[in-house]
Amino acid sequence: MYCIVVGGGNVGYYLTKDLVSAGHEVLLLEKDRGRVARLAEELGEVAMQGDGCEVRMMEEAGFSRADVIVAVTGDDEDNLVICQMAKQKFDVSRTIARVNSPTNEAIFSKLGIDTTVSSTRIIFNLIEQEIQTDEVIPLAALRGGNLEIVAIELSPKSRVLNHAIGDVILPSEAHIISIIREGKGMLPGAETRLMAGDSVLTLVGTEQESALRDIFAEMG
Amino acid sequence: MRVIILGCGRVGSTLAKMMADEDHDVTVIDQTSDAFRRLGSKFRGTRLVGPGTDLDVLRRAGIESADVFVAVTQGDNTNIMATQIAKEVFNIPKVLTRIYDPIRADAYQQRGIDTICTTTIAAGLMHDIALGRPAGNVPEAPPAAAAYQPADGVPKG
Repeated sequence: MYCIVVGGGNVGYYLTKDLVSAGHEVLLLEKDRGRVARLAEELGEVAMQGDGCEVRMMEEAGFSRADVIVAVTGDDEDNLVICQMAKQKFDVSRTIARVNSPTNEAIFSKLGIDTTVSSTRIIFNLIEQEIQTDEVIPLAALRGGNLEIVAIELSPKSRVLNHAIGDVILPSEAHIISIIREGKGMLPGAETRLMAGDSVLTLVGTEQESALRDIFAEMG
Repeated sequence: MRVIILGCGRVGSTLAKMMADEDHDVTVIDQTSDAFRRLGSKFRGTRLVGPGTDLDVLRRAGIESADVFVAVTQGDNTNIMATQIAKEVFNIPKVLTRIYDPIRADAYQQRGIDTICTTTIAAGLMHDIALGRPAGNVPEAPPAAAAYQPADGVPKG
């Protein structure tokens, strides 16, 4: 896959390194010359100097053949315009934007950006969840914010211990994706029995999260 | 008419004073309170400090009942994002912005935002005057500038 990362701050740097080591073709665009020079020392030709909001630069970077554009600058305004121009001028099929202000997630989604990531909101959610319970840990909020992936840590006193998954009655908008048992991920079937210490990865509608928590809770 | 102007630079402050003098209800937003000095002490509108793409700031400016939203900050992308919020989130009937980059001006004109690209307008005028032609044509300019008609582009009370 050809991935173009715009913004050479910490997020852009580590993302580019990971994408390169995963074997993808990557280009990292950064405006600041001094920063590009530092990035180039480690990343070589992967780092390129230029304003990712300028169409001339987008052409030079090869936006038209990119599979995904990731805009991770520190400015939400820039990230929005990069993704919108990528779609409108270069027909890029997938755009991902970093969102610094959590309220911008809904705005970006309304304005046609495929995926937004707000670290502010993820951390906020973790803290909020931490206060409520230590059993259900939100891992990712999906587009639109009404679905999320959570990990449920099964306590030795959980009321569903030794139950087969097929016998556990889940909320209507909940689906078990995977179970992490002793450090290994597995795809469970209806017969799989739940064990203490299991981490149950579940896709759930945000509004049904507390109902889900109750099902896996400790016996009262 | 209720008018919100984002950016109190030379263009923003001049426009704000023009419209306030015509008895429109004007609110000016800028990141720094220093910028409001350009409005002078006689300005009768409202001054509001804050980032213009923040929903709370826009609500405080009264965007929910505004008739016109104008974005004229120094940042093209700030103007682009703010006008899209005004249009798509708050459904403001008249939304316009100044964009320096002709290509972006054209792109967002196509998306239904009234854009005024001062770069092509000024270059076109200078071109005409330099060649001794009647000024006012914008030859070989992108549609954003060519389509610009003062009668439509500037809202009247």
